[in-house]
Amino acid sequence: MFHSLFALLRRDLILALRRPQDALTVVGFFVVVVALFPLGIGPDPEFLRSLAPGVLWVAALLAVMLSLERLFSDDYRDGTLEQLLLVPEPLGLLVLTKTFAHWLITGLPLVLISPLLAIQLNLRADEIVMLMLALLLGTPILSLIGSIGAALTLGLRGGGVLIALLILPLYAPPLILGAGAVDAVMHGSSAQAHLSLLGAMMVFALFATPWATAAAVRIMLD
Amino acid sequence: MADRKLRAVDLAAERGERRLFEHLHFTLSPGQLLQVSGRNGSGKTSLLRILSGLSRATEGDVFWGEERIQSIDGGTGSCLGYLGHHNALKDDLSAEENILIAGRLGGGSPDRDSALSMLERLGLAGYEDLPTRFLSQGQKRRVALARLLLQRRPLMILDEPYAALDVQVIEVLRSSIEAHLAQRGMIVITTHQAVDIDGDCHRLHLG
Repeated sequence: MFHSLFALLRRDLILALRRPQDALTVVGFFVVVVALFPLGIGPDPEFLRSLAPGVLWVAALLAVMLSLERLFSDDYRDGTLEQLLLVPEPLGLLVLTKTFAHWLITGLPLVLISPLLAIQLNLRADEIVMLMLALLLGTPILSLIGSIGAALTLGLRGGGVLIALLILPLYAPPLILGAGAVDAVMHGSSAQAHLSLLGAMMVFALFATPWATAAAVRIMLD
Repeated sequence: MADRKLRAVDLAAERGERRLFEHLHFTLSPGQLLQVSGRNGSGKTSLLRILSGLSRATEGDVFWGEERIQSIDGGTGSCLGYLGHHNALKDDLSAEENILIAGRLGGGSPDRDSALSMLERLGLAGYEDLPTRFLSQGQKRRVALARLLLQRRPLMILDEPYAALDVQVIEVLRSSIEAHLAQRGMIVITTHQAVDIDGDCHRLHLG
């Protein structure tokens, strides 16, 4: 079984390497959006610092959303998604593998580049560590929930906007908890509750969303 | 496994409001070929998608042996290979990579030599390493056919396999189909062209 899943993961990573602009645009978007905030609201370091957790999280969320449309649509267009339904493995696991590849290509780079942007917004070292930890727990949730929206909008015109409408409300809990964790450290209290809840949410999404996504893919390909 | 039959029981399909076909019965035994014909829009592709478990029939069921095609142990893909209108090739991968990755995805461990010799048989020698986006329509179709033939599933479902192929490749495909039938494989095929295949061929006319 892992033989097939590994082959799929490898295929998606090879494809991402052959077309690096897809992953780079997502990171580029994240950097540009965050860089625009100081220009818009002024250079006061303390003010920027107090806004930083929210700004970074909202930017990360929008960046992930930007990439969701391509999660299944390329495979849908060239027919490989159809062939994926015929792979003798549970579709839920195949979809989970694709979502994991999506996170490696888009979510993980956001986590890795976030310290640079955090410094720009005047966050301190312990706050930056917390930001990375929260993003590390939160971005997989974004990819997992997003995969449902990506599957539901397969083959629709204007799918990208529809994904935003479907998925952004569902992104509110990870946004509140993720930004809240950094806020907590900033104000000298413990972020453990936030992180625990984020972790629980990730585990729940890990088990629940692949089946929903698989069902949506089946319906859209019927 | 080898001697299971494909049975369609009282199939009906709809697209939108229109009924494409109803009360469709047939049984396909090992070593038989079923050629589905009919004018455009008569539901050939819909029938093939239902047979391969990709779509649900409005009424009726498809059985593989005694099991329903959607609930076979190990998934529908363990018994059949399907080639639809799309070639299902990744543009950024080479022909060889496309075939090998599809083979591994299907749970096999395809070897490079048989992939290369199949590509050569289909007249693609020298094109193995090129990303498939540089290939012509006909060449892409040939890569997709090579992938399907290497899967070696008991049942092959082919939707317009001859589209965009030249005479020489049609000949290779014909002999592959005959070999598959001789090994007690089964084939369901739609085509507008007359196929002249030696073997136990049956025809189904829709519409």
